Amino acid sequence: MGALSTFVVASSPGVPFAVLPALIVVPAVGALLVVCLPRRRPELLKLVAVATSVIVGGMSVWLLKGFDATHGAEMQFTSQADWISDLGIQWLLGIDGISLFLVVLTGVLFPIALLAVDPGHDDRAYYAWLLVLEAGVMGVFCALDLVVFFLCFEVVLVPMYFLIGRWGHGNRAYAATKFFLYTMAGSALMLVGILAVAFLHADATGTSVTFDLVAIAEAQAIDTNAARWIFAAFALAFAVKVPIFPLHTWLPDAHTEAPTAGSVILAGVLLKLGTYGFLRFGLYLFPEASHFFAPVFLTLGVVGIIYGAVVATMQRDLKRLVAYSSVAHLGFIVLGTFALNTEGIEGGLLQMVNHGVSTSALFLLVGMIYERRHTRQIDELGGLQKSAPVMAAVFTLVMLSSIGLPGLNGFVGEFLVLVGAFNAHRWWAVVAAGGVVLAALYLLWAYQRVFHGPAKGDNAEMPDLKLREGLVLAPLLALIVFMGVYPKPVIERMEPAVDALVAHIEEHVDGFHEPTSRFGVDIEGAGDHGSDHADEGDDH
Amino acid sequence: MSTVVTPEVLWWALIPVILLSAGGMLLLTVASIVRRLPDALPQAWTVITGLAVLVASVPMWNEVRDGGPRSYLGGMVAVDGSTVLVTAILAIAVVATALLARPYLAREDLPGVELYVLLMLSATGGVVMASADDLIVLFLGLEILSIAVYVLAALHLRRIESQEAALKYFVLGAFASAFLLYGMALLYGATGSTRLALIAEHLSTVVLLRDGMLLAGIALLLVGLAFKVAAVPFHAWTPDVYQGAPSPVVAWMAAGVKAAGFAAMVRVLVVTLGTHASDWSPAVSVLAGLSVVVGASVAVLQTDVRRMLAYSSIAHAGFLLLGVQAADARGTAAVYAYLVVYTLLATGSFAVLTVMGGPGDSAHSLDDYRGLVRRRPVLAGAFTVLLLGQAGVPFTGGFVAKLGVLAAAVEGRGYWVAGVAMLAAAIAAFVYLRILVAMYLEDAGDAGDAGDAEDAGVPLGARVVIGVACAGVLAIGIVPGPLMDLARDAVPVLVGS
Repeated sequence: MGALSTFVVASSPGVPFAVLPALIVVPAVGALLVVCLPRRRPELLKLVAVATSVIVGGMSVWLLKGFDATHGAEMQFTSQADWISDLGIQWLLGIDGISLFLVVLTGVLFPIALLAVDPGHDDRAYYAWLLVLEAGVMGVFCALDLVVFFLCFEVVLVPMYFLIGRWGHGNRAYAATKFFLYTMAGSALMLVGILAVAFLHADATGTSVTFDLVAIAEAQAIDTNAARWIFAAFALAFAVKVPIFPLHTWLPDAHTEAPTAGSVILAGVLLKLGTYGFLRFGLYLFPEASHFFAPVFLTLGVVGIIYGAVVATMQRDLKRLVAYSSVAHLGFIVLGTFALNTEGIEGGLLQMVNHGVSTSALFLLVGMIYERRHTRQIDELGGLQKSAPVMAAVFTLVMLSSIGLPGLNGFVGEFLVLVGAFNAHRWWAVVAAGGVVLAALYLLWAYQRVFHGPAKGDNAEMPDLKLREGLVLAPLLALIVFMGVYPKPVIERMEPAVDALVAHIEEHVDGFHEPTSRFGVDIEGAGDHGSDHADEGDDH
Repeated sequence: MSTVVTPEVLWWALIPVILLSAGGMLLLTVASIVRRLPDALPQAWTVITGLAVLVASVPMWNEVRDGGPRSYLGGMVAVDGSTVLVTAILAIAVVATALLARPYLAREDLPGVELYVLLMLSATGGVVMASADDLIVLFLGLEILSIAVYVLAALHLRRIESQEAALKYFVLGAFASAFLLYGMALLYGATGSTRLALIAEHLSTVVLLRDGMLLAGIALLLVGLAFKVAAVPFHAWTPDVYQGAPSPVVAWMAAGVKAAGFAAMVRVLVVTLGTHASDWSPAVSVLAGLSVVVGASVAVLQTDVRRMLAYSSIAHAGFLLLGVQAADARGTAAVYAYLVVYTLLATGSFAVLTVMGGPGDSAHSLDDYRGLVRRRPVLAGAFTVLLLGQAGVPFTGGFVAKLGVLAAAVEGRGYWVAGVAMLAAAIAAFVYLRILVAMYLEDAGDAGDAGDAEDAGVPLGARVVIGVACAGVLAIGIVPGPLMDLARDAVPVLVGS
């Protein structure tokens, strides 16, 4: 904890210490602590790991209270410490309405993932890697320095590699290696892009080299053409991480072979690194280039929605089905993000949180079924509803949330995304809406095959949810209902940051006006008609 | 009566050379007089000498920092920050190699004195290279270093691969020396001096209308130096020599010889020929790009861990060249920082290989590493840290090192070569992952869970080397500031007499 004292806390309303550095340092220290414990005491190891993640979760939830929604779009809880002063690299941490809920999501999901499943072997390494993973993810969401962001973005690969490889199922070595290489190759050029952006910024403004995100983004000093190239380098890294079709092929393997906790974290948090990256280091850092490339990403987003849904329908493996549903859901997030208006971005952001909650719950449930039946093949399951009615009920709720049923969380996000996309590019939204129908198809059909019908063999005697499992799922179910019924507290905190982001794009892209409803009065900025996208890139 | 003017001698600056050469020769003398030398003595002597050089470099560093760089012995030899830093790197490599050597020699039943003597002499050559202020002195240093290493490579008398490695290294090395010497001669012809400071002065004041001789000289120098640091396409010797030579010697080659080679390269190219950077820098970036790509992709095809690391050392040379081609202070500082990190990574990795080699020094296939985490968890964990460091994963020294050279390349608008290097780094990551997969994710045929028991079999010396290397790699990765400052202060300067 001594490391915390080196941070200079710039502003922390209502929080007496450098809370963001603590979010990174506490799990890292916890991991060290776990490594130092005796290996033959799994219950002690688990206690320390869970306690650490609960402390981190508590701190992140506390941020909700301390976060000042009226503060506008400025970064809050900022803190700073030098790292490599020669290159101007510093530990610059801060959050705004965009990152706040992702930090909270991370804080909440880790204790759940830790509590839900035991590794079975090599407990010490398992818990240590999970805590290292938490530190890395927190770092990504809090970093405001480009190099520190990259540092955390990359370091996440190592624990995830070992989690999939050592505690995974089936073809785990292949899945782990594929995951590592895909993401590492994707982000290789991002480091060059980061260095280029900093040096070009320094040249253009005549200041010393800095990697400060806010300073570089606000100045927008880099020449348009260079910015587009650099954006492409960033976008490749994020597109692999999201993953955007056709770079998604690592995802089904990694998700399916990962242990349950790994799948939960992978789907719940890790996929958000990419979509968060697009918002923070795409739209904010390169507004012009984002606008320029938006048609590409909108199209790939829609393709991902339809493709993910169709492929999910065809799956025989329940876990693989959930994995492909992620491809579809993330397509929605990409679509909302590149609609470049408040509804779309906000919807995308909400969808990040929603997908994190619902898909994690789905993976937990699939993991519980697998633990009991030792199979994930839909064909071999069936009629589980009779033997496990509570589990069936929980599964129904989570599934409906994932489909986007009104009244549950999934609806709010998907609706906003579709509204945003419709205002910006009508036909894209129409096609994407088809994805919603397909989602209902593959999930309901899977549910029907797994839970309905006659129960054969062992399926008839499958034990229902245990109390521990129920408690693990309870917070996620509560969030699903709460955010569906009353999303205001969430949206309220997101809105200032999203508005500011859209205003930032309007300011820095010539001739760009936020695409708003065409049915209202404000249509003067409608240079781009939804039906005509061929000239999308030329309208600035 | 006229007095003979003797050149000024800075004795304090000569301490490392004196310690290492006197240490080596004294050991040789004692060993040939005393019939039965205790086993531990040569090793202890070498380690103490190495540590003494390391300790001596601290006051030398302060002296240079306060009093500025100095040239002495009639402008033949100089001492500046880079000299002291490279000396310290060499001292660390000597200590590490000596620590690894004794258990190795005992295991392989090899005579026990020559390795230490040659090691110290070779290090002497390295220090001379790092302090050369004249092309002739540079060449002398290079030959002292190289000839000792040729013999070291052949040290395993009963392994035919060892003899083969030495012969290949010697023949190709002699060729490279010839290139280098011819380049020096042409450079002398073009500028009228062999003194680095005078060459630089001449080139910055005189415009050569016909610079063919100069360019040919630079090209030949580049070939010779590229051979020494194992850059593609002058790398062909590396895998065979790394595979054949005794493992501790390979640690010295990877860490020490490479550091000395890059010290020479920076002195000659960046500092002396800096005015003509536009002539040699494109060539160096091509070498850098080729080295990273060929090193990384050919490493993927290997099944012998030692050959994998040999090719990965070629890729590392490519990254170092990335800093050289930037031809500025940032690039040079990045090269030195990289050298420090690479010394730790290389000595640590080859220490693991020395331990794993087993009797006959032959168990280096990927299969021998299967399920290592079950048999030797601590060794596997340490090797993991070192491999992740070599891959350049964040929070290891490897990342800091790569960041430095990349920043230098990007600042000099070398986007293409920087991009190529990063893509190659992703390929190289696959190589390290293959070793990790073997260690963690595959079971050995005889799955016996021996726990920590077998870790007792790791000799103390190897434990120290591996431990220090891992700790250093992690420490630099988490707190890189001090190393970066050190490297920045070590940028070489030319001083005329």
